[in-house]
Order: sequence, then structure tokens, then C-alpha cells
Amino acid sequence: MTTHTKLFAALAIAGSVGFAARTHAQQPAARPAVPAPAASTADLDVYHVGGNVYMLVGAGGNIGVQIGDEGVLVVDTGLAANSARVLAAIRKLSDKPIRWVLNTHFHPDHTGGNEAISKAGSKTNGQPAEVLSHENVLTRMSAPAAKIAIAAWPTDTYFPEEKDIYFNGEAVMLYHEPNAHTDGDSIIFFRKSDVVFAGDTLVTTSYPFIDSANGGSIQGEINALNRLLDIAVPAHEQEGGTFIVPGHGRVCDEADVLEYRDMVTIIRDRIQDMIKRGMTLDQVKAARPTLDYDRHYGSDTGFVTTAGFVEQVYKDLSNPQGKPKVR
Amino acid sequence: MANWTQCGGLALAATLVIAAPAFAQVSLVGEWSPRYHEDQLDRIPGPEPGDYTGLPITDGARLSADSWNASRLTLREHQCKVHIGPYILHGPIQFRIWEEKEPRTQQVIALRMYLNTYEQDRTIWMDGRAHPPEWAPHTFQGFSTGKWDGDILTVYTTHIKQEWIRRNGVPNSEKSTMIEHFIRHGDIMTHLEIWTDPVAFTEPYIRSEDFVLNERTGGNWLWPCEYVDEVVDRPHSDVPNYLPGHNPFEGDFAYRYGVPAEAARGGAETTYPEYQAKLRTLPKPAKPAAAR
Repeated sequence: MTTHTKLFAALAIAGSVGFAARTHAQQPAARPAVPAPAASTADLDVYHVGGNVYMLVGAGGNIGVQIGDEGVLVVDTGLAANSARVLAAIRKLSDKPIRWVLNTHFHPDHTGGNEAISKAGSKTNGQPAEVLSHENVLTRMSAPAAKIAIAAWPTDTYFPEEKDIYFNGEAVMLYHEPNAHTDGDSIIFFRKSDVVFAGDTLVTTSYPFIDSANGGSIQGEINALNRLLDIAVPAHEQEGGTFIVPGHGRVCDEADVLEYRDMVTIIRDRIQDMIKRGMTLDQVKAARPTLDYDRHYGSDTGFVTTAGFVEQVYKDLSNPQGKPKVR
Repeated sequence: MANWTQCGGLALAATLVIAAPAFAQVSLVGEWSPRYHEDQLDRIPGPEPGDYTGLPITDGARLSADSWNASRLTLREHQCKVHIGPYILHGPIQFRIWEEKEPRTQQVIALRMYLNTYEQDRTIWMDGRAHPPEWAPHTFQGFSTGKWDGDILTVYTTHIKQEWIRRNGVPNSEKSTMIEHFIRHGDIMTHLEIWTDPVAFTEPYIRSEDFVLNERTGGNWLWPCEYVDEVVDRPHSDVPNYLPGHNPFEGDFAYRYGVPAEAARGGAETTYPEYQAKLRTLPKPAKPAAAR
């Protein structure tokens, strides 16, 4: 299988997963509207991001793997159907026990493999590997309507603004970004390896998905992107240094996040101005406030459509009560 | 003995075949300095806001440029950004080219470039390697592979970051790709660039520059950039931009130079010689509101 074929297959699966996951997120009481994609037997692509940290591509959302003497730490677990491939990829990187699973948010393209990956690992007391997330991830996954098996839920949560652990000789920081992509997003920073996993607060393949049904908001999304800029330090002339792995798409550095942040902020400014001028949603859509970015991030089909993004932002800005403030 | 002689002959032939391109090719090694007779206004003093002449840009790229506020360059993270591969040879620059060779076979693995603008390093891989996958990081100079076509070096570049096409906010996108031809004639080298971008261009953008072999080497523009806070009390999250229709400089360029407003807005049609006939039929630009 060529790289392109593998990549195409991976993107196709990722797209399907994103569709399934987000439909589920918007309508927590219902089953996903599309059938789960069939499991693929193809190897996942593995990319060394920096230090002890790798990225697995093609199992749903991007997955992080940190390896070292103490064992393996996994950031997000992809789609459930791809768990065997994820485990196979992890085992090519390390034969040490999987000790930790961290979830950036609750969508199933990032948590679908929790049960399988956790059970394949172990804590030092022999129990399945710890699954750690913000508490709102547990709240969403344990809701009766979600119908997610208990074994897939986080086994440990945090509720303050941040949480840190020390594993494999480096500090691993979890920063909660309230009301960004969802209400349970964690940005995960490997301090020594200088690698950040952004979850779906950053995607390079589409406009951001503001999951307002599950606590997401446009200002929280912008705040999360600004947090990524605060964490990242470029190595030379605004390039390299800290690498940021998005929930979907390509590896970024600060300069890439900057352009994405600028784009989301400018679109926010335009729609905010149109609301102030009393324009209706249909008028805003007709004015095409995303025109300059549509050839890159826009789509008329699939889950994150241009019209859907504009509508999310419009509705969110029209009802600012309880939403995050500008930081 | 005969067999050994035949083996020796084959080995010699193989060596000659491998070595042949090295003998046949012109060398680009050396320090090169630009000549600015071509597009001088664009390359040295720089373009004025609203000058999109001769650019085959999309409606989206035009809106993005209209929204661009030069104050954006005062944001911390914008201050140390450098010019991307498709732009950097068009601006003020000197550069050095050298070859990386495999020590035993002396085959050229890569051509290396040190671009003194912003201390940029560029590698043009000549060993036939593949370009990285789509999810690999992008860089300002991109990922380049080259091959010789006679005496012309042809280079293909992907994985380019977003920056700009023109220094007045006309953006490229990270989907940019570039084909270059380096053509040496004695001490002169012509650089031809074909820039494709499905976001910013409706058709490829082609331009060229000339360089002269520089015998007085060592001119470097060292750029140990460090950001500063240029605007006090501005929220860190602000992104300076003009809302659509509110750019105070819109129309200034066209009015000052008497360029029909439509031509100043660019587009593929304006890049062709046939457009000159249409230019004569277009109305003179109106005085912009800010100048009235």
C-alpha cells in the first residue's frame, strides 16, 4: 500500500469518524447517524514529533504516544474499531506497559479506544491503565443517553484549571480550556519533549467545530488557540521549537497556530459586526464572512460545513450570556 | 584474465555512467546577488496597500488583502516571521549555494542554500527521495526536491507555510506548491518560478529574477529576532483587521497612479498582454473617500 493510499484511507476513516463523533455529540440521546466505519487492518502512520513523543495517524483523531523507562502514556485512543491497529502501532514503539491514557475531550473519535487500550495496559497494582480527563468528559460519557460502556469512561478526572503529572522523566501538563470545542477540552503539554496535543481545539482540515450542544463556544475556542500561542516557543525566526499536534490534520508550530487563530478571530469580528448591524442569519450567510478562507477550510458537504460554522458562530455570539470572556 | 578484464570494463563503464551527470552539469555553487531591474518597485521599496496589479488572485485572496491591517505585524508572533520560499528570492537577498556529496561516490545528495535574508537555510534534495506525507510540518522554505534537465535545475517544493504573495497582505496558503527553474548563463543565473495555490490563485503565478555571481562574498543579514510588545494595553488576543468595506486605504493606490480601479484589484485577466487594450477603455479611478 502506498503512502498516498494509506493516507487516503486514513483520511476517509478520519472523516467518517469525525462525522460519527460529532453527530453523536450534537444529539447525545441518539445513536450516531452513520454506521461506524469498518476496521482497517492497515498499519497506522507513525510520526516522531519530538523528544519521547510520537503521533499516530489514521485511527480517527490524532493519537499521541509518549514512551520511556516507566512505560507508555497515550493521548486519545481513536475510534473503537481501530483499537487493534493502535495497539499494534504502540507495540512497535515500546514493549513497556501502558500506564496512562489521557483524553483531550469526549468525542468517540478520540475516546473510542479507551476500553481496549486501558485494558491492554496496567497500573503498577495490576489494574487497567488509568484514564485521565477533565471531569466534564466523564459527565458527557457517563450520561445515560450516551450509552457508552463504563469500562471506556475516565477512571480519574480533574476539575481545576490545570493538572500535572510526571512520567518518563518529564512533566505532563493538562490545561482545561472551558467552553472551547466542548466544555471538557484539555490541552496536553509534554514539557521536556516540547510537544502539545491540542485535541479538537485545533484542526487544520476544516473550520473549527464549535460543539455548542456540549458546551463549546467561539470565544472559548479563540481563548484555547491563544493558550496554544502562549505555550509555544519557536526555535528560530518563528519556526519549529514547540510542535503542536491538532486533533485532526498536520503537525503545526506556533506560526501555523497563529494563522489559524487570526482566521477564527477575524471571522468572529466580522460576524459580531454584522449582528450589531442587525443582520439576520440568512443575511450573514449571504454576505460570506468566510470567503477568504473557504477554499482552504470551507465545505458544502460533510459534517463541518461553511454554512454550519457560520451558523454556530452567529448563534453563539447572539446569545453571549454565560460564555467565556475575551482573555 | 579475460573475465577479470571484462569485469573491470563493466566497472569502469558503470562508474562513468554514474559520474556522467556530474561532468555534464553546470555548477550553481557560489554566492549570488540579485539584480533588481525587474519588478523593482515591488521588490525594493515595496508595494502600496491595495496594489494587486498583475496577480491572478481569487476573490477570497482579495478580501483577505483588503482586511489586512499592517498593525498585524506588531503582534508578538508576527514580528519574527520570515519570507517563504516562493517569496524570498524576489526580495532583497544574497545567497550561497553549495553541494552535499556522498563521500565515496561523490554523488550530489543535496544542494544547500544559505539565504542571508532572515538567516534561512534551504535544502534541495537531489537523491530522489519522496516528499513527506501531508500531515508532516510545514516550513517557511518548504520541502524541495530537484533534478537536472540538461543544464536547467528544476525544483519542486511542497510543505510551505502561509505568509504572503505580495508585501501588502495578499496571502498565500499552506496549500502552495512551487516549481522553479535555475538557469545559468556564465556569471548570470535566471530564476523562474511557477507558484500554484488553489486557495489564493485562479491560475499559476509566474515570475522571474536574475542573479549575478558575487566574487565579494560574506554579505550577511544576521537577524537574531526577538519580539517586543509594540502596543501597550492591547489585549493579547486582538488581531488587527479591517472589516469588509472599511479599509481606509482602499482606492488610494489606483487614484495616485491613475490606474483604473478594476485593474488595481488584480485577477488573472490583468496578467496578460491583451489586457492593455481593455485598460484603455476603463474609467479613471475616482478620488477615494479618505482623500476627498
